[in-house]
Order: sequence, then structure tokens, then C-alpha cells
Amino acid sequence: MLQTPDCCTHANSMLNFFKIFLDAPLSAKFGLLVIFIYAVFSIFAPLLAPYGETEILGAAYELWSDKFLLGTDNIGRDMLSRLIYGGRNIIGLALLITFLGFSIGSITGMIAAALGGWVDQLFSRITDVLMAIPALIFALLILSVLGTSMPYLIGTIAIIDSTRVFRIARATAMNVAVMDYVEVARLRGEKLGWVMLKEILPNITAPLLAEFGLRFCFVFLFISALSFLGLGIQPPTADWGSMVRDNSTLITYDDITPLLPAGAIALLTVAVNFVVDWMLHKSSGLKDVS
Amino acid sequence: MSAEVQINNERSSSIPLLEVKGLRIEGFSEKGWQEIVCGVDLQLKRGEVLGLIGESGAGKSTIGLASMGFARDGCRITEGNILFDGIELRSASEEQKRKLRGTRISYVAQSAAAAFNPAHRLLNQFTEAAVDHGVMSRDEAENKGRGLYRRLDLPDPDRIGERWPHQVSGGQLQRMMVAMAMSCGPDLLVFDEPTTALDVTTQIEVLKTIKDVVTFQNVAAIYITHDLAVVAQLADTLMVLRYGNQVEMGTTRQILDAPKQEYTSELLDARTRHEKLPSGTTQPEELLKINSIKAGYLNGPDILQNVSFSLTRGQTVAVVGESGSGKSTLARVITGLLPPRNGNIRFNDRELPPALKQRNKHQLREVQMIYQMPDVAMNPRQRVRDIIGRPLSFYLGLKGKEREKRTVELLDQIELSESYIDRLPDELSGGEKQRICIARALAAEPELVICDEVTSALDTIVAQAILNLLQRLQAELQLTYLFISHDLDTVASIADQVVVLYAGRVAEQGPKSAVFEPPYHPYTRLLLSSVPEMRQGWLEDTLSTREAQAGIAREVKITEQGCPFAERCPVAVPDTCVRDHPPLQTADTGHTFACQHDPGSLL
Repeated sequence: MLQTPDCCTHANSMLNFFKIFLDAPLSAKFGLLVIFIYAVFSIFAPLLAPYGETEILGAAYELWSDKFLLGTDNIGRDMLSRLIYGGRNIIGLALLITFLGFSIGSITGMIAAALGGWVDQLFSRITDVLMAIPALIFALLILSVLGTSMPYLIGTIAIIDSTRVFRIARATAMNVAVMDYVEVARLRGEKLGWVMLKEILPNITAPLLAEFGLRFCFVFLFISALSFLGLGIQPPTADWGSMVRDNSTLITYDDITPLLPAGAIALLTVAVNFVVDWMLHKSSGLKDVS
Repeated sequence: MSAEVQINNERSSSIPLLEVKGLRIEGFSEKGWQEIVCGVDLQLKRGEVLGLIGESGAGKSTIGLASMGFARDGCRITEGNILFDGIELRSASEEQKRKLRGTRISYVAQSAAAAFNPAHRLLNQFTEAAVDHGVMSRDEAENKGRGLYRRLDLPDPDRIGERWPHQVSGGQLQRMMVAMAMSCGPDLLVFDEPTTALDVTTQIEVLKTIKDVVTFQNVAAIYITHDLAVVAQLADTLMVLRYGNQVEMGTTRQILDAPKQEYTSELLDARTRHEKLPSGTTQPEELLKINSIKAGYLNGPDILQNVSFSLTRGQTVAVVGESGSGKSTLARVITGLLPPRNGNIRFNDRELPPALKQRNKHQLREVQMIYQMPDVAMNPRQRVRDIIGRPLSFYLGLKGKEREKRTVELLDQIELSESYIDRLPDELSGGEKQRICIARALAAEPELVICDEVTSALDTIVAQAILNLLQRLQAELQLTYLFISHDLDTVASIADQVVVLYAGRVAEQGPKSAVFEPPYHPYTRLLLSSVPEMRQGWLEDTLSTREAQAGIAREVKITEQGCPFAERCPVAVPDTCVRDHPPLQTADTGHTFACQHDPGSLL
């Protein structure tokens, strides 16, 4: 869905990639490093976690020790293992939902901009209706009615998310759709698909990319929020949102353990945005003049 | 403040107001810092106008901005002195410079539409600088504004300031801009191509305003342009620039009559007409026939009313008229973007479906279009290879090596080397971009090419090169051109037939010789007399003619009945012209003439 900016397409070989990494500003390096570590932990979770995701190993709320590096949770599962597995679940889910939301939103947005007329009206009014209902309440409503299974969760958040992407994609694509080169393509007799993918999309990649970074973080927080409320990822599957809820009583005892999943969310959010900022800067062609 | 100005005025006669010595400016590019202005000297006294001439990239605007002590982002002034009324601008503080720029130095940009804030009324924008700098109170400023509007002959001067920028015409907006630049009574005005994007008739209107301002306010002005004929009307001295170097400097008369440098003569030549030899097709064969077309947008009025004419294969038909005449609408109708409300189009003696969607690939391929702004006519994310290659694979099914070979051939045809194939549009100059657009049109192997103001956005010399290229291609490939333009010089050099369009109706059409020679249609006469001539005093001469007095500073209005040109026409017959459609008079040569008057009586 998302195209890497031109400057990065040549980064096929490892060496090239490394060179780009070295050229990146410090904030982007930090972001890339954090994302890399998260990715490694997510992919190799079963190897890296000391215990299983749902194993009950000891007493509830054990303190940090050699055996349980970050202690145990409210029913005696290893906190560190659950943190690692939780990351794997939630990052995968957030990525999937964001991609889905982006595909729906940007494709409909570009169609609306390219065709205009009643198609545009139809898509825009549907979006208006969906956006008129507060996102969290809307999600709660749908999930309470349909039940909290994974496909419904993914579908619901993706559709809510796509309305925001639709607005951005439509607005930016409209500015491009009036350009002469789009008219040239139309006069040539190009089909809608070509006009969208080859003429419009490459010119709205930058704003979409920025939106992607933001959306990914919002989706992340949204899932966590739903999980915290009990409608997101269902136990015993680990995820950071419900982990905060399950262990929240510990805060009253001056223990920072329940804040660790929250911290993990915050760190990833910051890292993703650093990287997106850098990519935006590169693809916008801004040159540093010192 | 006024006492100070008085003193300045008195000592101005001998001391230059602006003195630039050995100015060097560098610009940042991928190759690092490079010199873009290489040692320029100039002096300017109060009441004097200096014209800066050159192609794009000559450093004109950079010098213009530098004379305000300003360097654009990515530019830096490396050497030289800029003395404004004894103040060294290079060492002046930002605060000091800002103060000067608001009150004593003003800048008028090329596009007034982009320079006005659409969300504020015109008079509010006029008073802003003066009030902000504490030069005068809001009431004083508003009074001054109304006074200036009256002085500059703007319509309804007492109330025009209450309008929004979109409620006045392009020419009026540009004049409002000049008025705004005068709000604090500046000593130095910098005009950066203020008439380049305008019609000839509107251009005169703006030139007159600028001339008035300079004479009655006794200010010094720098006038930046690539059009020698325009600047000759205003400037006392001219400086010719090329690649940031000062080619030649002298009085306007000396530069026009006896240029010392070869480049200056080249600039002068580019402006003189190059007559086209009549195309030698043995059997005139009709390629496109437009039959009584009526067209308009949505529920709006008919922009085109009963337009009919035809194109002969291998010839060039030029469509001329001011903005609002319906020239571009006509192009949209022919390409199928705007299906007409009435009438039909026949191509190669077969009827062309009115809407784009109903046309097949073959019909689309035969009509290609070249646009006014090559910058936006090419996708900035596509390389030349794809821009030219796409029509090749789309229409002709060429792939891989074959496509590449043909692309290189096309590049060769437009006089660009093979090395251009991997460039992005950003890496091309304005003229090169337009060449690529021509190549893209040729790639489809069309029969008819619609050229919509293809040279208006280009410098004189580059424009001439593009015209030469188009003519060469026409001779080689037997192309037929529909050439839309408001520049009659260009039309005179390229057209075989001319269609003069006014308010969506054909005022006159026929062979170029019949249209551009007496007897003139009153509207054609107005257009022709508005084309600047390369001599001093032309502006005054033209403004004193009755055509100009009747026709300048009026907008094109579409009328349902009568002759739309009647209210601008110096020879309009009272009552009759407003009421009745002008009768169509036809001569043997195919020359038609829509006017109440007999052509013979209009010598």
C-alpha cells in the first residue's frame, strides 16, 4: 500500500540500507533502533520469553527477583514473558488494522477525488455519518452487539480508522486531481486504476506517510483502551492494555510494574513518529541548508 | 516623516538613491554553493526607472530582492555593497531592514492573485503596512487608499476597496497591488514581472498605472522582465543580464538602437516577427470541422455561442482573444472534456463522439494536447522515460527495447540528447519541459495537436525556439495545429488561418493575411494595437488612440443579444449594435467578418 519514497527504493542491498541508516539524524536512528528491538522481541517471542504466555508460575504480585525478573501479575504469571508476548500480539494487530484502514481509506479517498460527483458525495456522507459518532463509543457499541471476537475487533477499528484516512486522502488527492498531468492521463484514455495508482498516489505519499505514523499509534492506543475496558483482546491472551488494568492495584503500593506496559506503548509511539518524520523529510525533498 | 522626505528629495538630484557595487550572490544546489550573481553594479536616482532584462536564471529577481537587502532561502550575498540612501543594507539589522521594506522600499510581485490574501478586503490589505509601521492612522491610510485608487483611474475608487480580491478583474488586481506598494509613500519600488501573465489589453492598463505612479510620486523603480518591448515603455536605463553576469548596460535608446553585445541583439531579434511561409499542401484536405458549437459549464451561460470553423490538414489555425473569450473552453470541447450543448465535431469526415468516454483509443490518439504550464503538465514523480514511454505502450503497444528505442528517437526529434531519459521534471528547464511535453504528444503519432498557450510561460528566446521546433515538426510530420494564444506576435509567426474569438463568438476568421491586414475588425484592431512595439513612446501613442480609450480596462462580458464587443467598440452604431446580432459577411477568400459595418468602411 505505502510506497517507500524514491530515495529509499535503491536500498535493496544490506549495505545500502546501512548507509542510509548512518546518514539518518540521531532521532531517526533512535527510532529505528527501538523499532528493531521491538520487532526482534515480537518475532522471536517464544525464544526470548523466559516462560510461557499463560503459564501460572507462582503467587500473585510477586516482587522483582532473579526468578521473575519483573515479578508476577495478579494471578501469578511472569510479567516479563507477558510483556514480550503482549507486544507481539498488539503490534501485529495494530499493524494489520492500520494497513487495512489505510487501504480502505486511501483507495476510497482517491476514487472520490478522481471521480467526483455522486460517488464523492456518497463516500463523503457515509464517512460523515461514521465520524459523527465518537470512535470509542462506536467501537464499544459494535463490539457489544457482535461480540468480542478478533475479526470483529479488526474490522471495526479498521473501518473507524479508515474514515480519518479517507478525509486526508480525498483532500490531498483532490489537489492533485486538478493538475494538468492528470488531465493528460484522462485524455489519453487511461483507466481509473492507472490514474489513481500512477498519477495521484505517488504525489500524495508524503502526507499519507505522516498520517500512517500517527494512525498506527492511535490504533495502538485504541486497542489498548478497548482491552483496558475488557472489549479488546480477550484473556488469557496477553496485551499491554489489559495488563495495565489487571495490575493497576499495584500502583497504590508504590510499585511501577503496571506502568511498564504503558511505558512500552509510549516508547514505540515516539520511535515510530521519529522515523516517519525523517522519511517525510527525505521524500519531501527538503534540503538542509546550513 | 514628511519633512524628512522633503530633505531626501532635495538632495536626491545628484546622489543616487540606490547604489549596488560588486554584488555577488551564491545559491545552494546539489553541487554545493554556486555563484548565481557574479559582480553586478548599478545606480539608481529618484525618478529613474531601471529595467533588468534576461532569460529565467539570469539572476534578475535575485538582484531585485538583493536591492532590498534580502536573499531568498538557499541564497546568500557573499560580496559587494548595497547602499540605500546612505544605509548599507548588508550590515543593517533585520529590524532596520524590516522597517525600510515596509515603508521606503516596496515590492510588486508577478502574480497579484497569489499576493493578495483572499480572506481580507482590498482596502484592509492596503492599510495594513502603513498602520503596522505606525506611519499613519487607519483613517488616514484609508483616505490615502481611496485617493490613490482615484489617481490610478480604478473604477468606483470610493468603494472598490470594500471588495474582496476575487471580485475584481486580473488587471485591476494587479493595479491594486501597485497602489498597495505605494501605501507608505516609498522611495524605491521593485516590480518583478508584473505584466507577464496578462493579456495584451490588460498589460497596457497595468503599464499605464505603473508609469503614472513613477512620474507623479517621483520614486525610483527597478523593473524586472524578459520582454524588452514592455520595459522600453518605462525604463530610462536598461541592464541586460545572462547567467548572473552583466552583459550590457546603457540608456534604453542606446540598447534598442545600437546594442553593443551579440546577446542583446539576439534578445531584440527574438521579438521581431518571423514570417511563416505558406504551407505547401497541394490539395487542401479538411481534417477537423467544428459545426455551430454551443457549450458551457454546469448550469452556467453558453461560454461558446455558435462557433464554427474548420482546419485544413498540415496547416495551423490560431485561435486568439483575451481571457474569458472561450479559447480554452473550445479546446476542452474538441478534446471531449466538455461535451457541447449543441453542434458537432467532424474529424477526418467522421463525426467525433462528443464525450471523452465515448471515444475509442484510436480517436483519442489522433488528437493530442500541449499545455501552457509544462511544470504542471508532467507528473513530478515520473521520469522522462515513463512520460514519453507511456503513450507509446498505451497506444502503440511498444515494450522494452522497442519502446526505449522509440523514446530516444523522439528525444532526438525535439533536439534533446539521450541522457535526458532518466531525468525527473524537476531536473529540466522550462523550455526543456515544454519539449518533453511536445515529445509526449508526438509519441501518440497524432494528426491534430492542440497547443494551448504553449509559449506564454516561457522567455522570449526559449519561446522562439519552441515555435521553430513546432514548425519544423509540422513540416516533417504533416501535423495540423490548433494554436490557442493571446500573443499576436506568436500567432503572426506561426498561423495560416486565424480565428478571432470574442465572448464565445467568432468575431472574424480567415487567412492570416486577411485578418492581420486592413480592413481590420474593430476587435482585431484593438488586439493588434495593444501589442507592445520595440520603441520608446509607444505606450503614450497607443493610449491616445480612440481604440485604446474605448477598449482598454474593460472586461469581456458574455451577452445574449447584440454584439458583445459593442460597449468597447469605438465605431459602435448606437442602439443597433447592442440590440442586433452583427451580420456575418463572407469574402471569397474564406474570410468571415461579424460586424454591422462593411469591411470596406473600416479601413
